[in-house]
Amino acid sequence: MSQTDAAAMEMHSATGLPNRKVLMWAFIGSECMLFGSLIIVYMVYRGKSLVGPYPSDLLNIPFITVTTFVLLMSSLMMVLALSAVQRGDMKWGKIWLFMTALLGMVFLGGQVYEFSHFVHEGLTLKTNLFGGSFFLLTGTHGAHVAVGVLWLLSLVFMAQRGKLTQANAETVEIAGLYWHFVDVVWIVLFTLIYLLV
Amino acid sequence: MTQTHQHADHAHPSNRTYILVAAILGVITAVEVGVFYLEALEPVLVPILLVLSAAKFTMVVGFFMHLKFDSKLYRVLFVGPLIVAIAVMMAMFLLYGVFRA
Amino acid sequence: MAVTSESPSTSAGHAHEGTYAGGLLSWITTVDHKRIGVMYGVSAFFFFLVGGLEALLIRLQLGSAENTLIDPDLYNQLFTMHGTTMVFLAIMPLSAAFFNFIVPLQIGARDVAFPRLNAFSFWVFFLGALFMNASFLFGGAPDAGWFGYANLTSTQYSPGMRVDFWVIGLLVLGVSSIAAALNFIVTIINLRCEGMTLMRMPLFTWMTLITSFLLVMAFPAITVGLVLLMFDRMFGTLFFNPMAGGDVLLWQHLFWIFGHPEVYILLLPGLGIVSEVIPVFSRKPLFGYAFVVYSGILIAFLGFGVWAHHMFAVGLGPVANTVFSAATMLIAIPTGVKIFNWIATLWGGSLRLRTPLYFALGFIAMFIIGGLSGVMHASAPTDLQQTDTYFIVAHIHYVLFGGVMFALFAGMYYWIPKVTGRMMSERLGKAHFWMMIISFNLTFFPQHFLGLHGMPRRTFTYESGLGFEAMNLMSTVGAMLLGASMLIFIWNVLATLKKGAPAGNDPWEASTLEWSIASPPPHYNFRVLPAVGGRDPLWAEDLTEAVPGDDPSTPEPHMPGPSYFPFATAVGILVLAGGGLTLTLPVVFVGVALILFGIYGWAFQPLEH
Repeated sequence: MSQTDAAAMEMHSATGLPNRKVLMWAFIGSECMLFGSLIIVYMVYRGKSLVGPYPSDLLNIPFITVTTFVLLMSSLMMVLALSAVQRGDMKWGKIWLFMTALLGMVFLGGQVYEFSHFVHEGLTLKTNLFGGSFFLLTGTHGAHVAVGVLWLLSLVFMAQRGKLTQANAETVEIAGLYWHFVDVVWIVLFTLIYLLV
Repeated sequence: MTQTHQHADHAHPSNRTYILVAAILGVITAVEVGVFYLEALEPVLVPILLVLSAAKFTMVVGFFMHLKFDSKLYRVLFVGPLIVAIAVMMAMFLLYGVFRA
Repeated sequence: MAVTSESPSTSAGHAHEGTYAGGLLSWITTVDHKRIGVMYGVSAFFFFLVGGLEALLIRLQLGSAENTLIDPDLYNQLFTMHGTTMVFLAIMPLSAAFFNFIVPLQIGARDVAFPRLNAFSFWVFFLGALFMNASFLFGGAPDAGWFGYANLTSTQYSPGMRVDFWVIGLLVLGVSSIAAALNFIVTIINLRCEGMTLMRMPLFTWMTLITSFLLVMAFPAITVGLVLLMFDRMFGTLFFNPMAGGDVLLWQHLFWIFGHPEVYILLLPGLGIVSEVIPVFSRKPLFGYAFVVYSGILIAFLGFGVWAHHMFAVGLGPVANTVFSAATMLIAIPTGVKIFNWIATLWGGSLRLRTPLYFALGFIAMFIIGGLSGVMHASAPTDLQQTDTYFIVAHIHYVLFGGVMFALFAGMYYWIPKVTGRMMSERLGKAHFWMMIISFNLTFFPQHFLGLHGMPRRTFTYESGLGFEAMNLMSTVGAMLLGASMLIFIWNVLATLKKGAPAGNDPWEASTLEWSIASPPPHYNFRVLPAVGGRDPLWAEDLTEAVPGDDPSTPEPHMPGPSYFPFATAVGILVLAGGGLTLTLPVVFVGVALILFGIYGWAFQPLEH
């Protein structure tokens, strides 16, 4: 993310691994516990709502399967973007980065649609335990996606102004790690929320 | 001594591999949904879904996040907290009877 | 502060008259781990005194039966803030002060991996601490206990903003802790000097690494709990609403899934300090280094499996209680291993009875006592008798005060010469120690008996004639003396700063790298990065080129410049917190905007400019 690496600081790496990449993996470890705790809340309250609407009333598997697929494909765009930047092909790097962000926005659009549909059907955060735990869990995930989209668009913007080059491949790689993790979390959520009803 | 470039040292999946992985992920997702709708498979639905999701999880982490090819240190940083998270989740599921039918 | 580095400090083109020179702006924008460490230390000690004052008021109220000095409402605020302050605003930041100042030096680095993130962590902590304490001025401080059990914390039973201050304050502090922990994980993994493998690292650095992992794994759990509570209070969700099927115990689980690892977060740095002090003052390397390391790792892992021992009385059932009981007893083993290793280090050593060792020995003795009561409540049936009584209060304070604080004082006496470049008074140090250990025991030992006789926790008074009076009076007198003992320490520090004898590089003839450079260290730490060939590098038989010290013929390394973006981002978080507290959307937007401004500015600012 920063324009200069820690290399400028004459700090050598005891492991030969870049500081920011180690940071991102450690952060991802922390996020496992965050989403783990949210999943605990969801699973513990599953089937415990005293009033409806209930999951079976609302969850639209076909629709969410499509958005899940979109998010999975966005991860593909991301690795293609990284591959391009590592090769020095900034034109395709920019395109794939933008595509990743675009698919991310499509996913978010799907979430917004689903959420507003649920609200329309009478399910809000406060309606019952399902509403609270569902919106909190998927909302937190969605917020993570949104941050990712913002990050990716910033990278596209930087590339557009010539500030993102092959030398910054590590920056793209780290954004990619974050993005893939957010996708991986959705893989788990899709199964737990929609398929294991 | 500054950071060395990792990429030259490690096997790098080609774009073709990535596309293949993405295709497999798509297929697995389709299978998951298919299994969900097949009433005959209902008794084994949960194990099948868990296995399939785990497979998708592993592929994204291993290939897209490059963990399969990168330094083992990253694996420790990720798997350690992951194990703790899964253990705590399992303990809570047991405490709350999440697995009871 | 009138302290300067001992080494010649002239340099062309870089204005630094000394390690700590510069006005307020230089402190606000500093990214130097040493200054950040000092800021953590001073703030933490201030809040330690605040938390101590809260405790003294509690003890004054409890000094006699049916006392009316403090009314129940204020009492609830006092014990809540005492706990919250001591845990989050005193002990943790005091540990952070040591992580910050000492760890980069011990691993032979020039700074942490992410200096601006480091500054950010401090400012978020500091502003968060002010935010939390501002509650006293705006309707009252949080009053639902430092563990905030649901549904006492619901808007129904806790109207007003008190609990909101607590929830939002802790969320803010969590950001600080996680950021700092991530920073130290990368620092310790990546910035070790040449030759310093993991198993050659100083023990304090090891414990810092383990604590950092605990932090990043434990805080998310309480974050989720706090968010659930915040949503219940602000948006009317039903997470802890029994009428809607919500389970108040879910709060307890999430809190203690964080809370138990938290006590190891509080403890491990102290264990690390003791593992440094004892070898140095026994003139012997630590006995069983590997065992001490592995037991630290084991304690961390096991620490995630015992949380429900805080919930033995809620009705989880015999299976759950048994499992958690067994796991809790298991944790005593690695802790015991460490104690045996310290004793074995002392055995046959050439003991130098200086103040740091006094506190380290005091730690061992007090911590053993606290551990014994701990093992007693590891047994679920026994705990049913002890839980929510003063027996637990005694346990907590023996391990956290008698334990952790004694260890932290050992660290202060050990490392203040390095930080300030001056030696402290041994006479005052020992006076502080004796007054502290005697008054500490006077304060807390009687509480074991009070608990066994049935005095409950968190109650603002007790009836006369129950037999509680004498012990409570003893405890109160002890507490007053304990508070007074801190004055000796403060006097010692002030006298040290004013006229302490110069410390030189290595007044203790210690073994780790921080003692190879000047006191205080120059802002770049090492002119030439050291290389080590084993543990205890300064005690190596063959020093050769291992530790070049501050060789003036090498040019001074160029260090990262100051930055105001970390501070700006922290201010943005504070504004966001205020907006969330008062539910005013415009303020929330301003906070978010400031945060984004800070983050983008930070991202695009080169590290040295």
